[in-house]
Amino acid sequence: MTDSEAVVSVRDLRKTYGSFSALDGVSFDIQRGETFALLGPNGAGKSTTIEILEGYRNRTSGEASVLGIDPHKGDLLWKSRLGIVLQSTGESGNLTVHEQLSHFAGFYENSRNVDDVIAAVGLQEKSKTRIGKLSGGQRRRVDVALGIIGRPELLFLDEPTTGFDPEARRSFWDLVRVLKSEGTTILLTTHYLDEAAQLSDRAGVIAGGRLIDIGTIDEIGGAEARVPIVRWHDATGVQERRTHEPGAVVADLMRSGVEPDGLEIVRPSLEDVYLELVAANSPSSIESLEPSL
Amino acid sequence: MTAIAAAPLRFAPGRTLRLGLSRIGYEVRAYFRQGDSVFFTFLFPLVFLTIFSVAFSEQSFGTDASGHKVTAAEFYLPAMLAAGLLLSGLQNMAIDIAGEKSDGTLKRLGGSPLPVFSYFIGKLGQVLVTGILQAALLLIVAATAFQVPLPTDPARWLTFAWVFVLGVSTCAVLGIALSALPRTGKSATAVIIPITLILQFISGVYLNFSQLPDWLQNFASIFPLKWLAQGMRSVFLPDNFKTLEPDGSWNLTGVLIATLIWLVVGLVLCRITFRWIRKDT
Repeated sequence: MTDSEAVVSVRDLRKTYGSFSALDGVSFDIQRGETFALLGPNGAGKSTTIEILEGYRNRTSGEASVLGIDPHKGDLLWKSRLGIVLQSTGESGNLTVHEQLSHFAGFYENSRNVDDVIAAVGLQEKSKTRIGKLSGGQRRRVDVALGIIGRPELLFLDEPTTGFDPEARRSFWDLVRVLKSEGTTILLTTHYLDEAAQLSDRAGVIAGGRLIDIGTIDEIGGAEARVPIVRWHDATGVQERRTHEPGAVVADLMRSGVEPDGLEIVRPSLEDVYLELVAANSPSSIESLEPSL
Repeated sequence: MTAIAAAPLRFAPGRTLRLGLSRIGYEVRAYFRQGDSVFFTFLFPLVFLTIFSVAFSEQSFGTDASGHKVTAAEFYLPAMLAAGLLLSGLQNMAIDIAGEKSDGTLKRLGGSPLPVFSYFIGKLGQVLVTGILQAALLLIVAATAFQVPLPTDPARWLTFAWVFVLGVSTCAVLGIALSALPRTGKSATAVIIPITLILQFISGVYLNFSQLPDWLQNFASIFPLKWLAQGMRSVFLPDNFKTLEPDGSWNLTGVLIATLIWLVVGLVLCRITFRWIRKDT
């Protein structure tokens, strides 16, 4: 077990539905202990990729290996090493939080303590409440709890924080950091770019079924995408200037002797970089510009 | 990395059975917390037994060899027991699993290390437990509220036991197979209930089977419910009532064979059609 062991390895992954190509040659690796974010607009191929890796869908061609096993052929032992948090589901929920987690804990050889997991997702007070009576965000936390109850080596988190309030999201981030510190490898998809920036070591951006960029959070989009922007208002509207020397631009502005309105110097966030990347790769579709929360 | 366990090489023996038993408890608990299914599958035969017993209380259903008049409750008890097998087994399973397919329950289980066989043990166990409770409730109410004389001959109870166990298993298995039919969980009730309702009408549950036209009796004989109802009649009706059956006897061999055939058909259909999720093409 070396540090550079790939837990997930994907080569030239393709998935077609009739003539529609949902995935068009995607390749990436996730190393043991790494948190990898898969980003991209709705319909870009994120869920298709993740569901192929979880064993739910068959690929059309290409190679995929998850924990050293072809997910298409994954058996129960293999599944016992995974934690899967699917996109939100609508299960009837006639059992309580505690009953549901105890039941699922029994599926695994080395499960976590049920009460610890309930506390970790902040549902202590709802432990004896039926899942069907919880709010959307609380149910989502049950999903997360079910994903980690089996102490997985590899955890799939497909839009895990949908419906969370900001406080719940922060405590979820803390939970993920604990899981990381324990050595869990995590594959995350999210529409919240700050979440990806906070949690992941590396990210891949998918658009139109292709991986358009991959790298550490600081590298995504390349160095040019992170050139600071000087922004201010004048009579004609908002002015923007991308420059490696923002100080000089501001000094220039001040030469007129008038304080510019709304002056700011910003370094593009992951979200800015992401939006630019996606826009550059799908010129035809205006919809894909929306981060679609 | 201390917290992450080394991958298990194999599971402990007996795991499938242990998880199956755990599923039974889980399924039974979930079933009784679901108000609508408790009413439409669990209490339905009892409600109908009560309605028929009261509505037809003046009507004659024949007499036994010693001249005792058979009451409506006595006449309808075996029919309602048979209906209970169909509702608790087939209708309940088909609607339940179709719902689980579309609400994501099966997808979640399919991504977990739960063996499919444990899932089936849980479902069959749930049907068996709820079916037994339902039959017990019917028998108690029939005996106490409607003074139905229950058989004293152990041989009749033995017949009841095998017709019940074989019937409920066959219906459950057919229900699992039929769960593949509805396209969504929401349409499940609309797809399944007409099937079970028609079967009940043509198989001698609501209507007196001996009064149906021959061609309809023959058609109903293709399906298992007619045979289950006949088996139940052999247990609870006076022996001289067998002359009303299509071939003048209870024909328990026929009941056994027809039900076994449907059990095998159901098992094969389950094996072919059951999937945790609808696989894409």
